[in-house]
Amino acid sequence: MPILMDRERIGRSLTRIAHEIVERNRGVGDLALVGVRTRGVPIARRLAASLRDITGLDVPTGALDITLYRDDLMKTAIGPQPIVRRTEIPFSIDGRHIVLVDDVLYTGRTIRAALDALIDFGRPSTIQLVVLVDRGHRELPIKADYVGKNVPTSRRETIHVRLAEIDGADEVTLDQTEGEPA
Amino acid sequence: MSEKAARLRGKDLLGIADLTPSEITLILDTAEAMKEVSARPIKKVPALRGKTVINLFYEPSTRTRTSFEVAEKRLSADTLNIAIATSSVVKGETLIDTALNLEAMNPDIIVMRHASSGACHLLARTCKAGIVNAGDGMHEHPTQGLLDAFTIRERKGRLQGLKVAIIGDMLHSRVFRSNAYLLTRMGAEVWACGPPTLMPAGIEQLGVRATTRVEEAVEGADAVMMLRIQLERMQGGFFPSLREYFQVFGMTPERVRLAKPDAIVMHPGPMNRGVEIASEVADGPASVILDQVANGVAVRMAVLYLLAGGGDDETAA
Repeated sequence: MPILMDRERIGRSLTRIAHEIVERNRGVGDLALVGVRTRGVPIARRLAASLRDITGLDVPTGALDITLYRDDLMKTAIGPQPIVRRTEIPFSIDGRHIVLVDDVLYTGRTIRAALDALIDFGRPSTIQLVVLVDRGHRELPIKADYVGKNVPTSRRETIHVRLAEIDGADEVTLDQTEGEPA
Repeated sequence: MSEKAARLRGKDLLGIADLTPSEITLILDTAEAMKEVSARPIKKVPALRGKTVINLFYEPSTRTRTSFEVAEKRLSADTLNIAIATSSVVKGETLIDTALNLEAMNPDIIVMRHASSGACHLLARTCKAGIVNAGDGMHEHPTQGLLDAFTIRERKGRLQGLKVAIIGDMLHSRVFRSNAYLLTRMGAEVWACGPPTLMPAGIEQLGVRATTRVEEAVEGADAVMMLRIQLERMQGGFFPSLREYFQVFGMTPERVRLAKPDAIVMHPGPMNRGVEIASEVADGPASVILDQVANGVAVRMAVLYLLAGGGDDETAA
């Protein structure tokens, strides 16, 4: 179970990404962060804290649950459904620069769903994408604007992102998947 | 990234009696997420796109049918309403034949209300489609029980340990039965109160406390639930007059004051003002009657979503 990123490495990556966000958007005016549930949400909160350290300004931060927009929801007639959680976007996204935040970018299907979900809330001026890990194998034309770490993987491998807020500790690991590739 | 699989065990929702506490919690938690969808500028998500839902109503209903239809539309399902007055049932077709004909059109879910207890069970055995009971005779009305529990939980933060008084006609009420199963299963203390003629024998076997004194039922309650006196079923002389019923069992501001100061007053609708509930109470600060209507949509969205079934639970990150 090789460790790809430890706590320091995750912290440094997010600080760097926060600086890149400020640079690219020339400040944080009209900016808002939206984390994709589950682990995109704490990452978005950490980025908001970094942006406050850098600029002294609070950036609105929301949480997006994409379950109802998934393209694999109704594949079989009867079966377990993914748990739906609350979406909390307590601000208007109209005309804003939205920075979408997720932990791992893989096929791109989660982000496709997130884009559809987001656009049902309004018309942002731009949407940018932050991911902590980009592991390749895209199935859709989607690309991240800010990447913590690029990790070449095989489809048999699984990336596990653990975050202190949810899992008790910060860690990104590469594991072998048993059975079929996800 | 995998999450706990979330599912209901059956293809149907026929009654609360079939649900485990964890299934109930799953539906209520999912409903919380669904409630947020109704607050969005675009009140629609694509979760049930391409699914067909038939609303088959053998009894008149405005609230429940509308609520299901709104829930279906907000999930992007294709919906189809069949009301008894316009259907071939008036031409003599049996329930099974109607069901088989509908089944031939390959619907995914059939929502049915029927005047006979157990009609939904019959349909569930006949059809491949998932069946949602929207009220069957004097048996159950599970989505009403779920939306009542959701409303209580939303206001009180929990169900466990609460005192809930249910007042009215226990004999004919499917709302009572679903609520009694659900609330006792989730650890609430349920009091049933009504005229002795409208209390079924052996009511305690549902796990509820029974009384004919409304003050005893309401005292210290966290929630007071009034049931509708179903005037259409009152031909049997169950009590002397509506006026007397109101005097003995009607929910008045004085009686509400016996409950906890933050108690809520509920009613599944449609209300008979001045029979089971005074207007001052129905429109008063403790009333959550309109919240119940709003929550009904969220709970029905949750049920439809969970029953419509989906892929496995592996999240492609």
